[in-house]
Amino acid sequence: MTSTTFLLGQLFNGLSYCSILLLIALGLAITFGLMGVINMAHGELMMLGSYAAYVLQNYFAKQLAAQYFGWYFVLALPLAFVVSGLAGLLLERSLIRRLYGRPLETLLATWGVSLILQQLMRQIFGANNVDVRSPGWLMGRWHVAAGLELPHLRLFIIAFTSTCLFLMYALLFRTALGLRIRAVTQNRDMSACLGVPTRKVDAYTFALGSGLAGFAGCILSLMGSVGPNSGQNYIVDAFMVVVLGGVGKLAGAIAGSFVIGQTNVLFESFSTATMGKVMVFTLVILFLQWKPSGVFPSKVRSLD
Amino acid sequence: MPATDLLTIDRLNVYYAESHILRDVSLTVPEHKVACLMGRNGAGKTTLLKSVMGLLPARSGQVQFAGENITTRCPDERARRGMGYVPQGREIFPTLTVQENLVLGLLAAKQPKNGIPDEIFHLFPILKTMLKRRGGDLSGGQQQQLALARAMLSHPRLLLLDEPTEGIQPSIIDEIEDVITRIKEQKAVSILLVEQYLEFAWRLADFYYIMEKGSIVAHGTTEELSEEVAHRHLAI
Repeated sequence: MTSTTFLLGQLFNGLSYCSILLLIALGLAITFGLMGVINMAHGELMMLGSYAAYVLQNYFAKQLAAQYFGWYFVLALPLAFVVSGLAGLLLERSLIRRLYGRPLETLLATWGVSLILQQLMRQIFGANNVDVRSPGWLMGRWHVAAGLELPHLRLFIIAFTSTCLFLMYALLFRTALGLRIRAVTQNRDMSACLGVPTRKVDAYTFALGSGLAGFAGCILSLMGSVGPNSGQNYIVDAFMVVVLGGVGKLAGAIAGSFVIGQTNVLFESFSTATMGKVMVFTLVILFLQWKPSGVFPSKVRSLD
Repeated sequence: MPATDLLTIDRLNVYYAESHILRDVSLTVPEHKVACLMGRNGAGKTTLLKSVMGLLPARSGQVQFAGENITTRCPDERARRGMGYVPQGREIFPTLTVQENLVLGLLAAKQPKNGIPDEIFHLFPILKTMLKRRGGDLSGGQQQQLALARAMLSHPRLLLLDEPTEGIQPSIIDEIEDVITRIKEQKAVSILLVEQYLEFAWRLADFYYIMEKGSIVAHGTTEELSEEVAHRHLAI
């Protein structure tokens, strides 16, 4: 293996890890970053997306002929978006709308919700982890050169995350709903005085962020087994990305995931996975001591 | 024959927490007329405008708009019924562009498809040159014009203006006065104006209300407003 292919492989691994992190954090960048809701149940909303994929996979395996099995994942993505989005909508309508501007109460309440969701999944699917099988078209590898093989799954994740990001930008900056979302996050009262139905916009925005969590959960179900505790594994990463990048800006989440992803892969290449993670955490903490509001500081909605 | 009343406030009481701010305030703004609300700092003028807009809840009393009791309506419902608000401090969205700020006004009027109409740039030519700038980068006077333009784009039946001349250089005050005069002459909009700048208010308003410690202490047509009354309630 030449050093060039090694370097390219490293870059690709880093990029692929970045896009996973970004996908995890994208929904949180909306609900926490734009809306200021410290949503501890974000990981569980992802878990719902994973279980949605699991349920659909089982349905396809049981009810349909084998040649259609590969298609289940194409349907699992929108299903996961809808399931998590509706769960988020319900959460916003019933609980979070009463807690805007009170981050500590939101934190406690959503933590409670996360416990409820975990137990609910335990009741329905059992405490053991379940597996979601990759469809055939995501299992191959692309041989670029000797020593450089790019798994289809990882290429797919990079493409999917990019698409999500592009659509998010288009929605926020090119549509009337996006303009309303940005207006409400900047100045709720003035938006209302201009006829923006702020409560509806809140609900849609939160549902959108939750739906993105569903996407992330659906994709992550292909990378490891799914269990009631799955959500817990991702929540720290998600918050770390958003906080490092700077709360309130989509560009912050991109920068955050890029920095964390690349350094993590770099550190892992000359130490162990655990040590790599420890070093990344330490660096993030040190960086935040130096710049507490992250890479892209913004003064969108105060969080104090 | 008296014109019909667009806005009627009847014995309104408003509190901030437990402190009683507005005490039995009654006030009317007839269709297509300008009413000016005057008073010293802290008299409750801004609080009254916020209550009309729905940003502060009424403890008792009634707000009627175009014959409908809107006392418990949210601000966004009031805006969609035809209220335009230019608050103190202007409240431009700082990170949105001038154009986006204007489009938000347009969205309230439910006809965003037509784009920003050119008339608004006849009233505020300066804005046309700044469409791509961020709202927060404009000067105070420009922001005031933007806030006024944004409110006008929502095609309001009633404009609530909170001290449009405050902290603004004299040349722009003249422009703003011209604009309000033109709005008035078109006879499509009623205005409730809060103003400390007496001559400005005098020239524009048909009716005056003077507030003191949360109550209306004098009111009438501007022609009847005597030096004596103005001096007693407004001199510092």
